[in-house]
Amino acid sequence: MLGALTLLLVFQLIGEVLAQLFALPIPGPVIGMALLFAALALRGGPSPELRDTAQNLLQHLSLLFVPAGVGVMLHFHRIGDEWLPLAASLVGSTVLTIAVTALALRALMRRTEGGK
Amino acid sequence: MRAPAQLAEIWVYLSASPLLGLTVTLLAYQGAWWLSKRAHFHPLANPVLLAVAALVLLLKLTGTPYPTYFDGAQFVHFLLGPATVALAIPLYAQLPRLRAMAFPLLAALLAGSLTATVSAVAIGRLFGASEASLLSLAPKSVTTPVAMGIAERIGGLPSLTAVLVITTGILGAVSARFIYRALGIADHAVRGFAVGVASHGIGTARAFQVSEQAGAFSGLAMGLNALLTALLVPLLIPFLKHWL
Repeated sequence: MLGALTLLLVFQLIGEVLAQLFALPIPGPVIGMALLFAALALRGGPSPELRDTAQNLLQHLSLLFVPAGVGVMLHFHRIGDEWLPLAASLVGSTVLTIAVTALALRALMRRTEGGK
Repeated sequence: MRAPAQLAEIWVYLSASPLLGLTVTLLAYQGAWWLSKRAHFHPLANPVLLAVAALVLLLKLTGTPYPTYFDGAQFVHFLLGPATVALAIPLYAQLPRLRAMAFPLLAALLAGSLTATVSAVAIGRLFGASEASLLSLAPKSVTTPVAMGIAERIGGLPSLTAVLVITTGILGAVSARFIYRALGIADHAVRGFAVGVASHGIGTARAFQVSEQAGAFSGLAMGLNALLTALLVPLLIPFLKHWL
């Protein structure tokens, strides 16, 4: 588990260094994810240890958003003043985005699969 | 409840300084997870929402300022980085399907990403949000660190963006099932991908509760949308300002 965790941190570190070095707008962990994906494709898959560690970490992905979420308490004032536009925007845009993405993907997949 | 205990063990091992903020975060989350499980992982019993509500209440009642809490909680927050890297592993398991679906995935991503930014700003403007709020709303569908970076660059408030991002995540995780039911979307790859585009990691966490395949496609969508939004939003903002 520790070895696998170290590997994840090494990929994150490489991602952070590349992001800084080339002043990329993409955050280090996302670059790390892309690099690890490429490494897995080259190597032919993760070790059982790495797979277990990733599964443990991702099973409770929700936990990792809690500390930033508690930051809502810093913005009670603004949220109180602008609750209607903020709520309308978040609810409307989230529902629209899910619907548009899902419908577009389904329609495009049907076309691709139908063209076989 | 093996996994949260293991996460805690790693951090006791690695940080050697377990603090109150860390402990209450884990306790609140385990309580929220237990409730969510009792509710058979119903989307309305979202563990992030329950844990955040409990912690805000606790901090308000004890008069603890957020920075004091975050001193301990940052150890959990830090794990977002390696967890993002770890998304490569379930993604790799979907490699054959990814190859077959590359074009539909990228086109749907572009449609979803544009919808997320343009509709957030347009609806906010329609209801009279301030300019600082509108600029903080624009990157709300991507993962927290990316969204905060974008907000800073376009003149929004990064810490407000973090809250809007988390709220968007919870909203997507809570509402996705009902939207899919209304639209008749059954494929777990499609379900996962759409919630990942709209609701980043919290949507992905929810998708993993549903199935491994939904989670993998959601993680892919989250990563791709982080890349695309980081490039698109700074380009879109001048047009949105002009047009609205």
